[in-house]
Amino acid sequence: MLLEDPMRGVAPMLTALQKLQYSSEQLTTLHPDFLLLCLLAKCYKTGLSILEDDIFEVDQPRDFLLYCYYGGMICIGQKKFSKALELLHSVVTAPMSVLNAIAIEAYKKYILVSLIHLGQFSSSFPKYTSSVAQRNLKNFSQPYLELVNSYCTGKISELEAFVQANNEKFESDKNLGLVKQVVSSMYKRNIQRLTQTYLTLSLEDIANTVQLNSAKEAEMHVLQMIQDGEIYATINQKDGMVRFLEDPEQYKTCEMIELIDSSIQRIMMLSRKLTDMDEQLSCDPLYLGKAGRERQRFDFDDFDTVPSKFTV
Amino acid sequence: MEAEDDATGQMIEDEEIYVNGGEDGDESKRHRPIISSEQLDIEAYAALYSGRTKISRLMFIAEKCGNASMQLDALRMAYDEIKKGENTQLFREVVVKIDGRLGPNYGPDGAWADAVDRRAEFRKEKLENELNAYRTNLIKESIRMGYNDFGDFYFAHGQLGDAFKNFVRTRDYCTTSKHIVHMCMNAILVSIEMGQFTHVTSYVSKAEQSQDALDPITIEKLRCAAGLALLEGKKYKLAARKFLETGPELGNNYTEVIAPQDVATYGGLCALASFDRAELKSKVIDSINFRNFLELVPEIRELINDFYTSHYASCLEYLGNLKANLLLDIHLHDHVETLYEQIRNKALIQYTHPFVSVDLHMMANAFNTSIASLEKELEALITNNQIQARIDSHNKILYARHADQRNATFQRVLQTGSEFDREVRAMLLRANLIKHEFNLKASRKH
Repeated sequence: MLLEDPMRGVAPMLTALQKLQYSSEQLTTLHPDFLLLCLLAKCYKTGLSILEDDIFEVDQPRDFLLYCYYGGMICIGQKKFSKALELLHSVVTAPMSVLNAIAIEAYKKYILVSLIHLGQFSSSFPKYTSSVAQRNLKNFSQPYLELVNSYCTGKISELEAFVQANNEKFESDKNLGLVKQVVSSMYKRNIQRLTQTYLTLSLEDIANTVQLNSAKEAEMHVLQMIQDGEIYATINQKDGMVRFLEDPEQYKTCEMIELIDSSIQRIMMLSRKLTDMDEQLSCDPLYLGKAGRERQRFDFDDFDTVPSKFTV
Repeated sequence: MEAEDDATGQMIEDEEIYVNGGEDGDESKRHRPIISSEQLDIEAYAALYSGRTKISRLMFIAEKCGNASMQLDALRMAYDEIKKGENTQLFREVVVKIDGRLGPNYGPDGAWADAVDRRAEFRKEKLENELNAYRTNLIKESIRMGYNDFGDFYFAHGQLGDAFKNFVRTRDYCTTSKHIVHMCMNAILVSIEMGQFTHVTSYVSKAEQSQDALDPITIEKLRCAAGLALLEGKKYKLAARKFLETGPELGNNYTEVIAPQDVATYGGLCALASFDRAELKSKVIDSINFRNFLELVPEIRELINDFYTSHYASCLEYLGNLKANLLLDIHLHDHVETLYEQIRNKALIQYTHPFVSVDLHMMANAFNTSIASLEKELEALITNNQIQARIDSHNKILYARHADQRNATFQRVLQTGSEFDREVRAMLLRANLIKHEFNLKASRKH
């Protein structure tokens, strides 16, 4: 980085990383730096390959936060919005005692990605968010929350006006590109809603309902969405009609069975991890001390293996 | 009978129509369908009520109706009615509203107002002295009568808050359940006039607890009051049930609050908007009790029958005709829009329910609207998941759509799996973080 040429640093960093971690599930201090290099060098794919590994062991909270934040940005760059959402969610809900800037920035991006990917955003925090975050994060991201409100009204013109008005704020946070993506996702959201109520619809009507300028634009949008696999439809150019189809997935193919099977394997592995962690925790002396002290006195023919008083 | 014939045809003539049945023979009152599509006949409408509600209703009509002649009529009648009573506050209001348009006879009669005020002062002093005397003597019955008189006095003079307080004070001196019922009825009357329907509900339940002292007429009155309170609270289904339970013994006994025509109208409309088909048939169409009420407003009766037999166009037409007059009703006016919308939506849903595919042209004819607006309405209903269907906009057909259970199950399973995956991983991470933070803290301590 000192040489102003991040691209050269990527490959060595990658090797260093792999040599340093003693299991693929561990987060080292090098991880966030590596991701930062990838971001600066714009070679997202390498970064993505590291992100594929799940992380379960963390040494330094700060590393973890930075890792997730940069990881989120890389995923956004690669348009893998669900993984980005996961990573940013981890930052926002990570246990922290003091508010830090990483969390604030992550929260802003989290709102935007949530709008793009899910089409909605709930501003209530899950129960496990730290109280520090719950109290303060909203204060710093006011324009973004207002963006959510105008998104939910469903009117493109309002949304665009709002974005125009707050251009500098979004720009200073370097989020303008994301915000533009939010606006374009609104069209997609509206067209998807149409598939629920209509079997066939003319391109004119689509253009009118979704507030696009012409049938040609509507056709382009629909075509793009069909190619991306976001809706299932056929366009009949002669009548200018679009016919919406049901999801052709019948869940009968081999690939589907393999998918389900691999999910089952994963989940079994996860639950094994959970039980391991539970066992470890139950043997932990500090926990036992605390739990033991709070225990009631049972009948003496109740054989308790843990004495009620336990000195470390 | 003339009434039925005219009701099924077009009601444009301004004639008086006689309806048989429903009232005692010695009453020479004419039972016209007052709530009808013709322009509201204010005299007949006002004749249905008595007391303070008559004045409030007339003033409400004067405020809300569009045309000046009706307004002046209403104000004139209100003026006459107020002069019969002792409410100088209302008198002044009416005079301001009349604004000299009705000539010198209906001007601000300062002399009368002052005389009434002076009389009121005297009476108030007298009542206070009497009440104090009773209080020193500690005779429960007389104290109760004293407070009651005070309550009546304040009510007549339009000071509703004080009236309510005094009626409620009699509670401590009520010895028999008849007294309690009497107090409750007074409290209910004042609360309805004040528009505080929460009190109405509580006093109705209080009165209903003393079952033995209730004669049938009072029971009916309580039901009507409860129904009104529920209507105001927008609980249309419960309000409809209350109104439908009201028996014909109500007759003209509760004209200080509600007329039997109103019971029929409110009950019929609320039932139509909130009941399902089975309940509508059993409780409204087949009910002998309610039939007596419906005879008083044949348009509502026709309307309900049309809805049940799927003649939606004529049903909606009746509704449209009635709307103008219903908006002038003091209790119903803010609910008219909601009720109408609910009835219309129910009609649309009921129409599409039995079919696999529906031609939108025919449906638009049945509902007497254009295809474009019909499509918009159907779209809204589909988005709210009240109709399970999809629209073929090219051929203008509505296709019923039944969810594919198998696919839906697979989708849900995969989704739940991935959610679990995500949540557990996040949880393990967080647990790890906390452990390390804790370790840091612990290591700092030692």
